[in-house]
Amino acid sequence: MSDIPKADELFKSIDYNPPLTGWMETPVDFSPGHWCYPAKPEKIAYMDKKLPGLWGEPRQWVPSDVDWKLPANWKETVVNGFRERLKKFRSLQLFMDICVRCGACADKCHYFIGSGDPKNMPVLRAELMRSVYRGEFTVAGKILSKFTGSRVMEEDVLKEWFIYFYQCTQCRRCSLFCPYGIDTAEMTMMARELMHLVGLNTNWIMEPVSNCNITGNHLGIQPHAFKDIVDFMVDDIEEVTGRRVKAPLNEKGHEILFITPSGDVFADPGIYTFMGYLLLFDYLDLDYTLSTYASEGGNFGSFTNNESMKKLNAKMYAEAERLGCKWILGGECGHMWRVIHQYMDTMNGDTQWSGMTTPKSPITGTVFNTAAATKMLHITEFTADLIKHNKLKLDPSRNDHLRVTFHDSCNPARGMGLLEEPRYVLKHVCNNFFEMPPATIREQTFCCAGGSGLNTDEIMEIRLRGGLPRGNALRYVQEQHGVNLMACICAIDRATLIPLADYWAPGVTISGTHELVANALVLEEGEVRTMDMRQEPLPGFEDEDDDWTPPTKEDA
Amino acid sequence: MNALYSLLFVFLLVLIPLFGVDAAHMRTFFGVCIPTTAFIIFIIGFVYKVVTWGRSAVPFRIPTTGGQFQSFDPELFKQNKLDCPQTGAQTFFRMVLEVFAFRSLFRNTQVSLHQGKDHPVVAYKSSKWLWLFAITFHYSFFIIALRHLRLFLEPIPFLPVGAIEFVDGILQIGAPVMYLSDAGLVAGVLLLLGRRLVLPRINYISYVSDYFPLLLILSVALSGIYMRYYAKVDIIAIKELTMGLVTFHYVVPESISASFFVHVFLVSTLMAYFPFSKLMHMPGVFLSPTRNLPNDSRAKHHVNPWNDPNIKAHAYADYEKEFGVPMAEAGLPLDNPENGVPKDEAEA
Repeated sequence: MSDIPKADELFKSIDYNPPLTGWMETPVDFSPGHWCYPAKPEKIAYMDKKLPGLWGEPRQWVPSDVDWKLPANWKETVVNGFRERLKKFRSLQLFMDICVRCGACADKCHYFIGSGDPKNMPVLRAELMRSVYRGEFTVAGKILSKFTGSRVMEEDVLKEWFIYFYQCTQCRRCSLFCPYGIDTAEMTMMARELMHLVGLNTNWIMEPVSNCNITGNHLGIQPHAFKDIVDFMVDDIEEVTGRRVKAPLNEKGHEILFITPSGDVFADPGIYTFMGYLLLFDYLDLDYTLSTYASEGGNFGSFTNNESMKKLNAKMYAEAERLGCKWILGGECGHMWRVIHQYMDTMNGDTQWSGMTTPKSPITGTVFNTAAATKMLHITEFTADLIKHNKLKLDPSRNDHLRVTFHDSCNPARGMGLLEEPRYVLKHVCNNFFEMPPATIREQTFCCAGGSGLNTDEIMEIRLRGGLPRGNALRYVQEQHGVNLMACICAIDRATLIPLADYWAPGVTISGTHELVANALVLEEGEVRTMDMRQEPLPGFEDEDDDWTPPTKEDA
Repeated sequence: MNALYSLLFVFLLVLIPLFGVDAAHMRTFFGVCIPTTAFIIFIIGFVYKVVTWGRSAVPFRIPTTGGQFQSFDPELFKQNKLDCPQTGAQTFFRMVLEVFAFRSLFRNTQVSLHQGKDHPVVAYKSSKWLWLFAITFHYSFFIIALRHLRLFLEPIPFLPVGAIEFVDGILQIGAPVMYLSDAGLVAGVLLLLGRRLVLPRINYISYVSDYFPLLLILSVALSGIYMRYYAKVDIIAIKELTMGLVTFHYVVPESISASFFVHVFLVSTLMAYFPFSKLMHMPGVFLSPTRNLPNDSRAKHHVNPWNDPNIKAHAYADYEKEFGVPMAEAGLPLDNPENGVPKDEAEA
């Protein structure tokens, strides 16, 4: 982090004027900091055993070297893969043909806004691929290459792809503004599929993919360790609330299987959100179980190719069947929900076991027909329904020390349309809620700049640049309304927004929505809480806490 | 540079029929052969491209949603039916607004950076210029194309041709009456062209293939305007020719002047160029999977034609085999208790 410029300096370095050289002639910067580390060969070797032929030869290589150790037939592989995908995805074929380069998307990408790099304009990012499409597959492009912006596939082109298609978080903000709905996320997904074929990948994606396959979650937490962590959280909940909650794991015969991104299991502040789920479910005496085998909602496969996406997603239905669960409740996660909402039933719907039913809240009796096919419900839908039916006793004043804003995660916002439910929940569990400016929320929301497998520290400056639009909007409500907490419904957000807020809006903390639900939830009549889920004193109880020493230290 | 190339091309295109008709007297070639051939290329190319798109699969429903989806409680959480459609009818209306009102473009914003008092400010403001230029251009073009139907139809139907002409000329400026659409088309093209030339970012992403169609359409418009308002060509003779084209009784009256051949040649070029160019956004907009699909894939089952049923989840049985021992120690239930016995013990 030391060589990253201060926020003001970084801001001043942004220049929206393109360079004097044409984009095809402008060289790409391959110095460290501009790319994520390539995958460890053993991760590729493992995945190649599971899904053969999609990953290229496992090898050690470094993007700053000239020789990327590409296979001898790399060009053939990429061009043939391209041709194949044009037939398999109308989106790709169409988006290659119909862009008029009107530029409406140009300043919609958070990476462009924060960097000024013209290749971060969605139109130009897609041109990196389109130019090859025209050069390799169209007559006009082959004859009039210079006039139509065409080029053939070359090593430099592929290397440029590697930099820029791993500098797109597939947030789809550009797609919203495109007059034809051209979706750069689709192009990025295809480009990544092609790059994987010749072994161009990043470890931050491939290690989670292989971990998810082996252990069930992206961190590679083994089942017993997973149980340990959950037990710790149960202890912490008891510390805060005095209540010892149940946390059933891998138990058969429950109605509901609960799956959340594993980011919620291991790190601040996701764990507080996880504690929120556990507390809520215990309060409701919900008939549910967690699973260590299906302990990852996030689908890192969707950052590689659709075969991996399908394979990792399939685990949810497989586990529901094994445990005999009737429907699945899903935690707060961004791309997990895009996959569930737009892909899950189409890929794996046929593997549902016969006992699955349309989700029905056992508490309120509401039947969620909106999830009739996938049998999977978003937790904010579930909780909003509870609140509406007055099934939760809430004391929002317990969150009075918080002045809250809400960050719409890209995927639920633009790939699903889940906008009001989390707001409804938040407004019922806290008294001070403020919206960021309209051009930065709801369907126009800005990415945390760490989605689609980019939330790794080796590209921190790129992430901070990409985080400018979100960070600046946050800074605005911080100044206007004293906002000191940004809630979100995505585990990647909970990881990436912290350095982003520290950099662009210092003093704002990040949380999931169910952490605030847990704070406000009144477990029994007259319950008094002195601290919030983070074990920080609630207003009015600060003094008491000054004298408080952690029990472990006392013992020692 | 790219704009200059395009300009040069268009000049050449104007010279070809001028030379061909005036000097080489190839009137039938330019009056019949070229337009017929161009029209055939246009139709075949257009259909071929659309069929190519149609044959490409739509494996997943991937609408870009703008606004609230249909929730379990539509009263509490009001659905944005137009931007987040759930039914075919809602999707249809989304597309209608997209095609006829350029709705996505209407919401365009512009970003700007400012140095605030003590920290930077990123500002967004609504930016409807591109929408305005585009809609002026497209509607003018559309109306002009409809007006031209009078040359190919006998008798001329009042709806839409006559009605459009009436409204289009309603200001009754000059004689012959000036059509608003003529002005609109020229203004639209010039504005879109100016934008490409002046805005550095848009300039940066523009190829010859971006300037060329604009300049070509401009030349078509200007040659048309020249014929109508200045040269005052023999419209009766032209109608004789055009009716001949559609009825396959080809005639090329001698009274038609060279300016008409220039106009027809430019239009022919446009038609022949159309299927190979970005102009195919016209049919393409109807097929865009992020816009023309309802957002219902969580509620309804859809089929991906190439879904591979052989791709299965990592089996739980294998998982338990691998982690059974620590699972048993941690007290997690096992499907197969043998998996919980350490290997050396099992062997002993």
